[in-house]
Amino acid sequence: MNILETVGINNYIMLSALLFCIGAFGLLYRRNAIIMFMSIEIMLNAVNLLLVAFSSYHEDPSGQVFVFFTMAVAAAEVAVGLAILVSVFRNIGNIDIDNLKNLKG
Amino acid sequence: MNTTILLLLFAPLVGFLINIFFGKSLGKTVSGVIGTATVFISFLCTLCLFSQINSGAETIKFHLADWFTVGSIKVNFSFLLDQLSVLWLLFVTGIGTLIHLYSISYMHDDENMHKFFSYLNLFVFFMIALVAGSNLLIMFIGWEGVGLCSYLLIGFWYKNQDYNDAAKKAFIMNRIGDLGFLIGIFILGYTFNTLEFLEIKSLLGKDVISPSLLSIAALCLFIGACGKSAQLPLSTWLPDAMAGPTPVSALIHAATMVTAGIFMVTRMNFLFDLTPDVQNVIAIVGTITAVVAASIGLVQNDIKKVLAYSTVSQLGLMFLALGLGAYEVAVFHVITHAFFKACLFLGSGSVIHALHGEQDMRNMGGLRKVMPITFWTMMISTLAISGIFPFSGFWSKDEILMTAFHANIPLWVIGSIASIMTAFYMFRLMYLTFFNDFRGTEEQKHHLHESPALITVPLIILGTLAAVGGVISLPGNSWLNHYMAPLFAHKAHGEHHLDSQAYMLMAIATIGALVGIGIAYSMYLKKKQVPVADNEVQGLHKVLSNKYYLDEIYMAIIVKPLYAISTFAKNFIEKYLSKTVFGFGSATYALSIQGKRIQNGNIGVYLFAFILGICGFLIYLFNIRN
Amino acid sequence: MLLYVFYILSAITLGTAFLTVISKNAIHSAIYLVVCFFSLAGHYLLFNAQFLAVVHIIVYAGAIMVLLLFTLMLMNLNNEDETSKPLYTKFAAVISAGLLCLVLIAALRKALPENIEYVNSGTDFQSIKVLGKVLLNEYAVPFEFASVLLLVSMIGAVLISKKEEKI
Repeated sequence: MNILETVGINNYIMLSALLFCIGAFGLLYRRNAIIMFMSIEIMLNAVNLLLVAFSSYHEDPSGQVFVFFTMAVAAAEVAVGLAILVSVFRNIGNIDIDNLKNLKG
Repeated sequence: MNTTILLLLFAPLVGFLINIFFGKSLGKTVSGVIGTATVFISFLCTLCLFSQINSGAETIKFHLADWFTVGSIKVNFSFLLDQLSVLWLLFVTGIGTLIHLYSISYMHDDENMHKFFSYLNLFVFFMIALVAGSNLLIMFIGWEGVGLCSYLLIGFWYKNQDYNDAAKKAFIMNRIGDLGFLIGIFILGYTFNTLEFLEIKSLLGKDVISPSLLSIAALCLFIGACGKSAQLPLSTWLPDAMAGPTPVSALIHAATMVTAGIFMVTRMNFLFDLTPDVQNVIAIVGTITAVVAASIGLVQNDIKKVLAYSTVSQLGLMFLALGLGAYEVAVFHVITHAFFKACLFLGSGSVIHALHGEQDMRNMGGLRKVMPITFWTMMISTLAISGIFPFSGFWSKDEILMTAFHANIPLWVIGSIASIMTAFYMFRLMYLTFFNDFRGTEEQKHHLHESPALITVPLIILGTLAAVGGVISLPGNSWLNHYMAPLFAHKAHGEHHLDSQAYMLMAIATIGALVGIGIAYSMYLKKKQVPVADNEVQGLHKVLSNKYYLDEIYMAIIVKPLYAISTFAKNFIEKYLSKTVFGFGSATYALSIQGKRIQNGNIGVYLFAFILGICGFLIYLFNIRN
Repeated sequence: MLLYVFYILSAITLGTAFLTVISKNAIHSAIYLVVCFFSLAGHYLLFNAQFLAVVHIIVYAGAIMVLLLFTLMLMNLNNEDETSKPLYTKFAAVISAGLLCLVLIAALRKALPENIEYVNSGTDFQSIKVLGKVLLNEYAVPFEFASVLLLVSMIGAVLISKKEEKI
C-alpha cells in the first residue's frame, strides 16, 4: 500500500511547487531577516518533499539520502546565518535587511 | 666517449653557473681560475676527441635529448663531432684557455671580474654548441648565444654610454644577419623536412630540388654569415665592438665568434657547392670587404681599431676563399688568423695595460725597450699577418691568393692589394707603438712596465703558434687538406703543385708585403711622422678616417627614415589611436557609473533579480525543450 | 481515505506556510512554521518514510526552530520594530511570486512523468536498514563531508556570535 497509488505524483508536484512559491513570496515580501530565514526553510522543505515523492515513485533510496544532506546543510546554514544575525543585531540594533547596504557599489 | 663529450660541452656551463652565482663570494682569483680551468677541461676533452678523429675513427654522433617534433620534422639536441667541428673546437677551447689565463691578470683590477669570467665561460659554452651541433637549430642556439655573450661583453663597462651603444649596435647588426640565417633554416627545413647536416647532405645528392630555392636558402645563410663575420654591408659593428675589454676582442671579435660565419659556410659546403651564383656573391663580397676594411685600417689611430679593421679584412679574404670553393684554405686561414690575431690583440692589451687605458697610437712610441716580450711576440704576429716567409700567415694567405689567381685574376689583384695594405698598416702600428720616442705624458712614462707572466705566457705561446702554425698545411704536403678531405665532395682546391707559377706568386706576394712594409718604414720610422689630429685630416684620408662614411650613410638611409616614420607614427597615428583607446576607456567609465546603480546594496532588490532570473531561466529552458 | 488525509495535510502545510510568511509577529510565524513542519512530517509518514519523518521532526521542529525561537527571544523584537515596506515593494513581491508560481507550475506540468500511474513493486527501499547501507556505501564521502560541514559551521557560529573583545 503506497500513498502514490491513491494520490498520484502530480498532486505532490503541485504541492511542493506551491510551497516553494510561498517561500519565495515570503523572501520577497518580508524584510525581517529571521522571517526570511523561515521562508528559506520553507523552500528547502518544498524541495525535500519533492525529493521524497520521487524517491518513492522510483523506489530509489538516493532521494531520501539527499534529503538527509539537505537537512545537514540547512542546519549548518541556520546556525551560521543566525550567528551572523546576532552579530548584526548587536552592532546595529535591528535586523532589517534594508539597513544592510554595505554591498552598495 | 659520451662522458668526454658531455664534459666538453658542459664544463664551461658549470663554470658559468659557479661564477655567476658564487663568483662574488669566491673572490677574483678563484673565479678566474675556475673560469680558466673549465675551459681547459674542454680543451683536454677536445684533444681526446681530436686524437680519435685524427687516427681515422668514425664521425661521432652524440644524441643528448629529444627536443621537439613538428609534423615530420624532428629536432634533437644532438651533436656531430667530425673533422671540421673537432678542429674548430680545438682552437676555440685552446685559444680560449690562453685568453682566460690572460684575463686573470688583465681584469684583476675590475670589480666585476667574476661576471666577466662567467660571460666568457658562457661564450665558450655557446661556441661549443655552435660548432658541435649536429643540426641547424642547435647551431642557431649557439649562434644566438655567442651573439648574446658578445653583447654582454662589449657592454661590459656599462657605465660608459658609448660602450652601451656599441653593444647595441653589434646586437642589432647581428639580428639582421640572424634573420637571414633563420629564413635560410626555414627554407631548408621546408625543403628537406630535416635540419640535420648529414641528412641534408645525403638528400641533396638524391633529390632534384629547384635550384633557385636552393640559391635563396644559400644566400640567406650567407647573409647570416655576413652579420656574424662582419662582412659588408653589415661590417660596421665589429670596429665598434672594440669597446669591450681587450681579451674579449681577442677571443670573440678576432679568433672565434666572428669566424662562425666561415664555419657555417664550411659546414654547409655541400649546399654552397650546388649554388655557384651564391659562391660568386660570397667571393665578391669577401674581396670588397677585404680591400675596403684594409683601406680604412690604413688611417686608424686607435690601436684596437686598426686590429679590428684588419680582422674584417682578413675575414673578407677567408670569404673569398669560401666563395671560390676552397673551404680547407679558408679553414687554414681561420686557424692561422686565430693565432696571430689573438696574439696581436693580447699584445695590444698588454700595451694598453701598461699605459693605463691609453689606446691612441699617437700617444705611444718607444715601447720596444720597456716591453720586450710584448714587442717580439707582436712582431712575429705582425710578420705573420703581413705574409712574410716563413711565418704562418704567409702560407695561408698565399694559398688564398693562389686559389684566387687560378679562378679569377681581378679578385686576385684586389686581394693582393688588400694584403699589401695589411702589411702597411700593421707595420705602421708597430712603428708607432714600439719605435721612436715615447709620446705620452711623463706620468705614463714613469709607470711603463712589462706585463706580468700571466699576460706574457699566453703571448709567447700564441706568438710561437703564429710563427710555426703554417706547418699544418704546407703547399704540396698538406696535413690539413688530407685531414679535412672526407668533408668535401671534390678534390681539394688548395693543393697546388709547387711549380714555377706558384713560386712566382709567392714572390709577388712577398714583394707586395715588403713594399707595404717599406712605405710604412719610410713614413713612420725614418721620417718619424705622427698621424695628425682627427680634425686636420683632408681629402681621401678624411674619407678613410670616416670609414667611407658608412655609419653616416646607414644613418641617412635607414636610421633617419625610421625615426621619421616613428615620429609620424607618434604624432599622428598614435594620437588618433590613443584617442580611440581612451574613448573606449571613458565609455566604459561612463557605463560603469550608470551600472553602479544596480549594485545598490539592497538585498531585497538582489532577491527580486534572483527570482526573476530563475523565472526567465525556466521559461527559456522549457521553451527550448519543446 | 488516504486522499482526504492528503488534502487535509496539504491544506495545513500551505496554510501555515502562508501564515508564517505574512503574520506580523515573528513568534507567531515561528509557531506556524512548527505546525508546517509537523504536517510535512505527516506527509513523510504517508510515504511510509518513518525514519525520515522522525529525523525531520528532530532536526527542523526540534533543532532549527528552537534555534530560531531562541534568537527571536534574544533579540526581543516587537512587531512595531518592523517598519513596513513601501507598497510598491509589496506589490512587486506579489507579482514576482505569482510569476514564479505560474512558471514553475507550467514547467513542472510539462515535466510530468509520462506514466503517472504508480506501480508498487513491493521492494524495500526506504527502511532504515536500506538507507543506512546506501548512505554509508554509495554516499560515504558526501556523508563525511556533511559531518565536516557541520563541524565547521558550529565553530563558525561560535566564532561569529562571540562578543568582540575590545582591543
